[in-house]
Amino acid sequence: MSATDDPDLLSASRPAGPAPVSPWLENWRYFAGNRGALIGLVVFLLTVLIAIFAPLIAPHDPAQQFRDALLAPPFWVEGAKPGFLLGTDALGRDILSRLIFGARYSLMIGLVVVTLALVTGIVVGLVAGYFGGWVDALIMRIMDIILAFPSLLLALVLVAIIGPGLFNAMLAIAVVLQPHFARLTRGAVMAEKNREYVMAARVAGAANLRLMFRTILPNCLGPLIVQATLSFSNAILEAAALGFLGMGAQPPTPEWGTMLAEAREFIQSAWWVVTMPGLAILITVLAINLIGDGLRDTLDPKLKRS
Amino acid sequence: MALLEVRNLSVSFETAAGRFFAVQGIDLSVDRGEVLAIVGESGSGKSVAMLAVMGLLPPTATVTADALRFEGRDLLAMSARERRGMSGSEMAMIFQEPVASLNPCFTVGFQIEETLERHTDLDRAARRARAVELLAAVGIPEPEERLRSFPHQMSGGQCQRVMIAIATACNPKLLIADEPTTALDVTIQKQILDLLLRLQAEHGMGLVLITHDMGVVAETADRVIVQYNGRKMEDTDVLSLFERPQNPYTRALLSALPENARGGRLPTVSDFAPGGAA
Amino acid sequence: MLRFILHRLLLIVPTFIGITLVAFVFIRLLPGDPVLLMAGERAVSPERHAELMAQFGFDQPLWRQYVEYTGGLLHGDFGYSFSSKRPVLSEFMARFPATLELAFCAMLLATVLGIAAGILAALRRGSWVDQLTMGTALVGYSMPIFWWALLLIILFSTNLGWTPVSGRISLTQFFPTVTGFMLIDSLLAGKPAAFWSAVQHLILPTIVLATIPLAVVARQTRSAMLEVLGELYVTTARSKGLAPRRIIWLHALRNALIPVVTTIGLQVSVLMGGAILTETIFSWPGIGKWMIDSISRRDYQVVQGGLLLIAAMVMLVNLTVDILYGLINPRVRYR
Repeated sequence: MSATDDPDLLSASRPAGPAPVSPWLENWRYFAGNRGALIGLVVFLLTVLIAIFAPLIAPHDPAQQFRDALLAPPFWVEGAKPGFLLGTDALGRDILSRLIFGARYSLMIGLVVVTLALVTGIVVGLVAGYFGGWVDALIMRIMDIILAFPSLLLALVLVAIIGPGLFNAMLAIAVVLQPHFARLTRGAVMAEKNREYVMAARVAGAANLRLMFRTILPNCLGPLIVQATLSFSNAILEAAALGFLGMGAQPPTPEWGTMLAEAREFIQSAWWVVTMPGLAILITVLAINLIGDGLRDTLDPKLKRS
Repeated sequence: MALLEVRNLSVSFETAAGRFFAVQGIDLSVDRGEVLAIVGESGSGKSVAMLAVMGLLPPTATVTADALRFEGRDLLAMSARERRGMSGSEMAMIFQEPVASLNPCFTVGFQIEETLERHTDLDRAARRARAVELLAAVGIPEPEERLRSFPHQMSGGQCQRVMIAIATACNPKLLIADEPTTALDVTIQKQILDLLLRLQAEHGMGLVLITHDMGVVAETADRVIVQYNGRKMEDTDVLSLFERPQNPYTRALLSALPENARGGRLPTVSDFAPGGAA
Repeated sequence: MLRFILHRLLLIVPTFIGITLVAFVFIRLLPGDPVLLMAGERAVSPERHAELMAQFGFDQPLWRQYVEYTGGLLHGDFGYSFSSKRPVLSEFMARFPATLELAFCAMLLATVLGIAAGILAALRRGSWVDQLTMGTALVGYSMPIFWWALLLIILFSTNLGWTPVSGRISLTQFFPTVTGFMLIDSLLAGKPAAFWSAVQHLILPTIVLATIPLAVVARQTRSAMLEVLGELYVTTARSKGLAPRRIIWLHALRNALIPVVTTIGLQVSVLMGGAILTETIFSWPGIGKWMIDSISRRDYQVVQGGLLLIAAMVMLVNLTVDILYGLINPRVRYR
């Protein structure tokens, strides 16, 4: 068939496009097309469910000490005691139950730290980017100073000042992670501030506050969501590290990092006491990072090439 | 025998939504010393067809043709190595974005001499001399100094001149120019086109000029191919194209020139399209 | 280029002043009496208390204290360790080579292996090689390294007996300290057995410390490489008929390395954080372990001085990387 003879060519080859789908649905489809991200999401949701229903799922009280079953190995190892699937620790506490309750701490740490860091970071970044000038210079220098310290070191020192403990550890980590949000927001605001739609809103009489939060902020949401996900996993890792160093959650809290610190001396004799909490941290953090990667690919238009 | 002969060329890509045909059944031929213009809207498959001729498409593309011959040699039957031997020496291509076409990490001189090193036996000094000569030929002042410049230190027009110098370094028989002036200022566009035509005439090159500018077509081309949606609509000499366009799409395209605007709105192709909304 | 360097130098001055402020404020933010705090459990007589208050300058107004503090810094006076009575700076210098040796080996491993893995994954995009490499990188990136260290110790030290559990070198090896780097000093002394011992001690800490930077570098190299391979100048290079090898290793890699260098620089800070954990677990006598020990000993002058020195070092490295970035990126070098 010769193409030139086709009288209907133009109309036929220009069909009405598919009905426009909402951006959320489109993003979801793209995200769900990423197998790793989907696996991460499922694992993460499972962790959330485990954390919520911990008292129902856990076979034992996480603090209960079974004196007749000290350092019992997990079920597949010879010498395992029935009822302790993943074995017990040196005080005879059920490791599985402690891990299940530990999920509550890790998720809470992630949530609290990210909320704190996100909210302050956004406010600080918006103010710096929107007002510019010396306000911007001052704020950004402060952020530079925070970022000049290795984050774990700064968190350690902050905790040393305000005293060890889970809450203080979360506070310290939030302080350390917050500049990333501030920088991101500021950068986005600087880029968006002089765009036409912001001008239009300004001309229409929108006030500063309204401009910042209702007009500019929604347009830099994508990178912030990605950063929030990465910070979530970072927060869990750093809190666990602080717990491991004895500066985070204190024993007998079943926080995973703290559990590892208690288990250190049994490294030669009872590997499961050491292995299990770390595995729990790794799986949770890995799941969140998989989600983060998926979100980045979905929300970053530069990467989205079909 | 035509310099370049293409029969029933199709290029398709595998996408998530199924197989997508960027080019469907194109025929064309270019003779030595001939200027062929390929016209069409963005996304009509002009560039893809020429990238296929050069063998520059990514591995995800599937290229099929009844014939794809350069000086009678079957390009599809050649090994990748043989085609690399030809490209840059016997056939060359320049692109729409001159600044992005040049590697920002290397000097202009390095990038010209690299082609010479690949395809000629010239020694270092001779390559340098030839590079100076080439830069002078494309109208860049102080060519010796300019060899040491990086692309970001030059304007878009100068970068395109450098690209032309690279493309013509080994006196190719065929030069494909993919919208070579689109990204440039209007005043520069004319200079670059004149340069291309002068070099084409001097060396007797076949020149394929991809464009969407009917004015450029009228000024430069011997023959014109109009392409739409991956297919060829029209293949004719320039005079007949403007006087007696055969295909309804070509007529629509010509009517959509800004000169023909009446009323408050620029006409678009679909206004004239048969069976369209007009 | 000179202007670029000067600009960078100017930019870090306020940050540096800020860091001294943070270190200065830190010790004064501690709740309670500073001298009693440092004394800890030990009893301090009222006379000794007043003496110490005067010695540390706590009886002066705050601004005065800061001026004296920064003045002291300029003379290399970072305070005295409460527990060892030695100057903080000399304690730092004594431990720094250990950390530097470890960090250098880790960075070398992370850079070489990371770049190679990233290139491989980018070139085989979508293949099982790519998926395996990037899957491993994501696991490494998500790794709680203190746990990873314990796992490696269980496997290689406890079960296989291949590597020692802690320290820098076997206690039976003696040789004079010249550079402070065990690898170099043992060779200078002509003791291959000592060198081998040092290598064995280095292996596990290096792997642990390199894990996260390695993952980050591999991921960054892959994405930079993929982005660059899609650039038009790569198509130009192909249109010149260049060999694929030359296009990948010269045209693409040269451009892809520019963002990777920045990434590597940023990892130095991560590395110092990791060194705290790694050195604690492997009893590595470097500044990371020194800091942890000082925090638990409440030796706050050391914590203050160490904080400042580490931050200054990280800043210096970042400055070097910034300048290096300018050197390899012609768009910066030639305005």
